[in-house]
Amino acid sequence: MKTGTRILSKAYLWLILVILYAPIVFIAIFSFTEAKSLGNWTGFSLSLYKNLFMGSMQNSSGLISAVENTLLIALVASAVATLLGTVAAIGIYNMKGRKKQVMSFLNNIPMVNPDIITGVSLFLLFVFLHFSQGYLTVILAHITFCTPYVVLNVLPKLSQMDPNIYEAALDLGATPAQALRKVLIPGLRPGMISGFILSFTMSLDDFAVTFFTRGTIGLDTLSTFIYTDARKGGLTPELKPLMTIIFLVILAVLLFINIRSAKNEKAS
Amino acid sequence: MNKRSSWALPYFIFLVLFVVMPLVLIVLYAFQDASGHFTLANFTKFFTDGDALSTFALSIEVALENTLLCIAIGYPAAYILADRRLNRSAVTVVLFILPMWVNALMRTLATAELFNMAGITLGKGTLLFGMCYDYLPFMIYPIYNVLNKMDKSYAEAAEDLGAKPWEVFAKVTLPLSMPGVVSGIMMVFMPTVSTFAISEFLTNNKIKLFGTIIQENINNSMWNYGAVLSLIMLVIIAITTVLQGSDSREAAEGGAI
Repeated sequence: MKTGTRILSKAYLWLILVILYAPIVFIAIFSFTEAKSLGNWTGFSLSLYKNLFMGSMQNSSGLISAVENTLLIALVASAVATLLGTVAAIGIYNMKGRKKQVMSFLNNIPMVNPDIITGVSLFLLFVFLHFSQGYLTVILAHITFCTPYVVLNVLPKLSQMDPNIYEAALDLGATPAQALRKVLIPGLRPGMISGFILSFTMSLDDFAVTFFTRGTIGLDTLSTFIYTDARKGGLTPELKPLMTIIFLVILAVLLFINIRSAKNEKAS
Repeated sequence: MNKRSSWALPYFIFLVLFVVMPLVLIVLYAFQDASGHFTLANFTKFFTDGDALSTFALSIEVALENTLLCIAIGYPAAYILADRRLNRSAVTVVLFILPMWVNALMRTLATAELFNMAGITLGKGTLLFGMCYDYLPFMIYPIYNVLNKMDKSYAEAAEDLGAKPWEVFAKVTLPLSMPGVVSGIMMVFMPTVSTFAISEFLTNNKIKLFGTIIQENINNSMWNYGAVLSLIMLVIIAITTVLQGSDSREAAEGGAI
C-alpha cells in the first residue's frame, strides 16, 4: 500500500472525528465559564461545576430529579427487559415452525418501529385503557423497546450451548431450579450482559418514547428536560458541566474495557 | 413439542398487549372521528391539506438525502477502519461510536450553536449537516461490521487472478458488503423520516418535518388526525422493511461494545 493512500485515509478518518467531536468539545469548553448561553465566554470559572455539585442553581431540583429519573427508569427497564427477554429467548429457541416465525416477527416490530410510532401507539394504548401516565407507563414503554435486543443477544448464546447439558443436569439429579442456576444462566450470561448494556444505553438516550408516555405529572428525564428547557429558550447552564462529566466517564469506561480486552487478546 | 417453548408465553402476552394492541389502536383511531364514529374524514383531511403533503414530501426528501450523504461519507470511513493495513487499532472504531452516548438533543443544540457562532443561517443545509452528524455512526458501524467479518481470501483470489484494485472493490468487496449498507440505510432512513426534536433545533423551527406535525397533533389532543399521520408513516416503514429483506439483519447484530 502506498504511503500517500495511507496518509490520505488517516486524514479522512481524523477529519470526520474532528467534526463528530466538535459539538462535544464545544460544550466541554464552555462548561468552564459562567455565561448562561453556549458560545459566550466570560472568563474561566468553575462555578457551574460548583453549582452542579452543591445543587445551588436555578431549577436545581428539576435537573437533579431528571438525572435521578433517567437512571432509575433505565435501571428498572433494562433489568426487567433482561429477565423477560432471557426467559423469552429460551422459549423461542425451543419453538418450531410457524410459532417461532410469529414470535420473531413480533419481536422485530419494536426494533423496526421508529421511536415516534412506538411513543404515539403506546400513548393511544394508555389513553384507551384510561391508564394514568407516569413512571409506570414510561418504564413499560422502555421495556417494550429494550426487550427485543435482549432476545437477539441471548438467542445466539443458546445455539452455541450444547442442548443436552441442561437435560444431563436434570438426569444427574439437579432440580430444574438448580439446572437453571448452574447450567443455563452461566452459559447465557454474556448475552444477558450485552443485552442489559444495550437496553440501558437505549433507555438513557431515549427521548421520543418518554415524551409521549410520561403524561402530565411533570415527570422529566434528562432528554425531556433538555427539550423543554431549549424550547423555553435558554438551557440550564449547569447542563454543560453535567454533559462534560457524563462524556468523560463514558470515555474512560470504554477505553478501559477496550484496552483491557485488546491486552487479553494479545495474551491469549 | 418441548414444553420449554412455553417459556415464551409471558413475552408473547407482553408483545400482544404493548406492541400489537397499540398498533391496532393507531388504525382504529385513524378511522374514527373525535366521538368514536367511523369516518374517512381524517384521511381526506391529510390528502387535501397542501401544507401536510408538502411537509410529508420534504421529510422523505430530507431522509433520502441524509441517507445518501451518510453512505457517501460513511462507506469510505468504514472501509478504512476495517482495512488492517490502514487501521490497526480497535480503539479508533470505538471513537466513532462514542459520541452516540452523549445525549443526542444536547449535541444537536451545540451543533446549532456552532452554526450560529460561525454566522451560518439555520435552514435546510444545516438540517442536513446536523442529521448526517447525528446518524453517521449508525451507517459506519454496520458496514464496518460486515467488512470486518468478510472473508479476505475472496479479494485476494480476485487479485491473484489479475483483477485491478478498483475491479476487486467493485466486483468483490462492494457486493459482499451490501448487507451492511442495507442495514445502515434502515438505521439512518427510518429515524430521519420520523425525527422531530432534532429538526426543530437545527432549523430554529423554520423547517417542519413529518415527525413534528405528528407530535403537534397528538399534543393538541387531535388524536385521530395524529393517528392517520402515524399510520402513513407506518406504511412507509413497512414498505422499506419489505424492500430490504431479511438478509441484512445479522449485520446490525454486532452486539454492544
